[in-house]
Amino acid sequence: MLKIENLHVSINGKEIIKGLNLQVNAGEVHAIMGPNGTGKSTLASVIAGKEGYDITDGHITYLDKDLFQFSTEERALEGIFLGFQYPVEIPGVSMTNFMRTAINEHRKHKGLDPLSAGDFLALMEEKRKLVEIKDKLKNRAVNEGFSGGEKKKNEIFQMAMLEPKLAILDETDSGLDIDALRVVANGVNKLRSKDNASIVITHYQRLLDYIVPDFVHVLYEGKIVKTGGKELALQLEEKGYEWLG
Amino acid sequence: MEFSLKDKAITLFCENKEVIFQDNPAEVIRARESAFRKFKQLGFPTKKMEEWRNTNLSDILSRNHHFNFEAPKEDIDIEKIFQCEVPNFDTHIVSLYNGWYVSRDKPLETLPNGTIVGSFARALKEYPELVLKHYNKYCKNELNGLNALNTAFAQDGVFIYVPDNVGAYKPIQIVNILDKGNNLFVQNRNLIIVGKNSKLSFLHCDDSRNHEASFSNTVTEVFIDEGASVDHYKLQNLNDKTTLINSTFFQQEKDSQLSSFAITLNGGIVRNDSHVLLNNKGIDSNIYGLYLVDKEQHVDNRVFVDHASPNCTSNELFKGILDDQGSAAFNGHVLVRRDAQQTNACQTNRNILLTDKAKAHAKPFLEIYADDVKCSHGATVGQLDDEALFYIKSRGISEYNAKLLLMYAFAAEVVNKISLPALKSRIDDLVKKRLRGELAVCSQCVLHCQSQEQVYDFKIDMSKL
Repeated sequence: MLKIENLHVSINGKEIIKGLNLQVNAGEVHAIMGPNGTGKSTLASVIAGKEGYDITDGHITYLDKDLFQFSTEERALEGIFLGFQYPVEIPGVSMTNFMRTAINEHRKHKGLDPLSAGDFLALMEEKRKLVEIKDKLKNRAVNEGFSGGEKKKNEIFQMAMLEPKLAILDETDSGLDIDALRVVANGVNKLRSKDNASIVITHYQRLLDYIVPDFVHVLYEGKIVKTGGKELALQLEEKGYEWLG
Repeated sequence: MEFSLKDKAITLFCENKEVIFQDNPAEVIRARESAFRKFKQLGFPTKKMEEWRNTNLSDILSRNHHFNFEAPKEDIDIEKIFQCEVPNFDTHIVSLYNGWYVSRDKPLETLPNGTIVGSFARALKEYPELVLKHYNKYCKNELNGLNALNTAFAQDGVFIYVPDNVGAYKPIQIVNILDKGNNLFVQNRNLIIVGKNSKLSFLHCDDSRNHEASFSNTVTEVFIDEGASVDHYKLQNLNDKTTLINSTFFQQEKDSQLSSFAITLNGGIVRNDSHVLLNNKGIDSNIYGLYLVDKEQHVDNRVFVDHASPNCTSNELFKGILDDQGSAAFNGHVLVRRDAQQTNACQTNRNILLTDKAKAHAKPFLEIYADDVKCSHGATVGQLDDEALFYIKSRGISEYNAKLLLMYAFAAEVVNKISLPALKSRIDDLVKKRLRGELAVCSQCVLHCQSQEQVYDFKIDMSKL
């Protein structure tokens, strides 16, 4: 599904990712761990198509196509979803209208008619319950005044609405208490299938108790320095990252 | 010799005094003569004046404008040229055609709740005492030559009197239509008196009927008596060649409430001057503005709030979206006098620039002489938030729709404050159309777009915001 080869990325002339390789197949869950500042969020942003990054070498193919030819919104329409580490507050844009616009753009892309208001609200209701989001949040402006936990749940809610092929969750667990963590993980697990894949970026092994990965990668100084199964996460928890350097 | 509109106006005033003064009470004639002297002294505003530094009228004023001192002879069938088509919006319409009250021969009307509405010129004859108690008491002729010129020249306009202790009737909609302008200089004078504990909603629509240039210099005086409540909406949809100077002078009395909106959807140069005197305790005053500017249009909002009494609240919120080479200025001045303790005043101006060539000047200004007050001011000029744009696009929403969503949300903060539901939903439609570039100047009123909002992917339900 996703194939990253020898990826080099710089921001303002400073190289952040230094030759990264990664392959993600349908049905797999990959965890990417690593200390701060090693390029985890940069990798997520580059896949989602954020501006401000120089791809100095390497390439990424997604569903056998060159990913870099697509704009941010085209990537989203092709099934890539980024769960933000810091979800953005958008005053004045209600969650309902935001999601309805997004859903209808996805439907248009698939050649489907826009969802009727009734069907849309029913869909929202169904997915809202999945991530145990409070009913009132859907009438509020996007992320505005949401608590940290609500913002993260809202990311998973949007993911549930858009049903991506490839979900990248950037530190979705950071700042969550154990109950919220369980809700978020539960949402991700329910959306797991043989046809889609996830990349879970995290600092802590804790999340991986709930979302069991097929592979754990250690990203260190811009490269994947070690890959293993879920037991690697436990090792990292115990020994830290220093021994890998 | 170079043409001077000032000289022309001076000559015309002297030549046409007899017509201008016709049927005027002595007080009005004195006011005109005095304002005329003021105009001779002040002339037209120039960029050298601090309050006009961002609005250049010199090119416009170098044109040989003409003035009409006689009302049009032929009957105007206003229904033929204007029909308000805001769905479910029931208003009482009064019209001005190039500054002249339409059907000015008819006596003033009395509405079911006792409100008197009609031609200002006619009101001077029918209710001289009532008019003279308020006429020219709030307008500041010394402020600039345009106000003085209006006092000297303006022969007609709209008069509204709401007696004490009456509830709201329909909103009154003043429609000022500019037609066959060809450098016509139009001046009208409106006087609105709202009695104690009464309510009034009124709309002040300025519209072009064609693409000819004209200059409209309007002065509106509004007296809001104790405990009264006024909703005021200025809706401006003029052609790109038209200059509109719209000066409104409010005086508010004890425990009165005002919400005044200046919504500028189109125009060449538009200047909205709002003067608010908070003359007693317990007043609440809200001055809002929304301007959507493109091409080479220019919108200038000036607000002066005079906190002359304690325990009053004033709130200004002006927002603008500027495209192409459009420009805007905001000048907010809040004066808190020494006795105006417990004042609560807030001034905000926010602008979004969509191009490198669009310009916004913001000057929020607080002048405070009392010590127990709560005042704040703020101004921003910026682009759409890149982080928010990326977030929206990462959900599959196109760049175009993402920008629309953000611009719309930006404007909605002002639109949401409109308290007449039918008007709010219409303005909402018009803002959307304007943002999508579908709304060039209508041939008629801003509220008169024939085409209803079409079904579209980008659908926003205001009630959910």
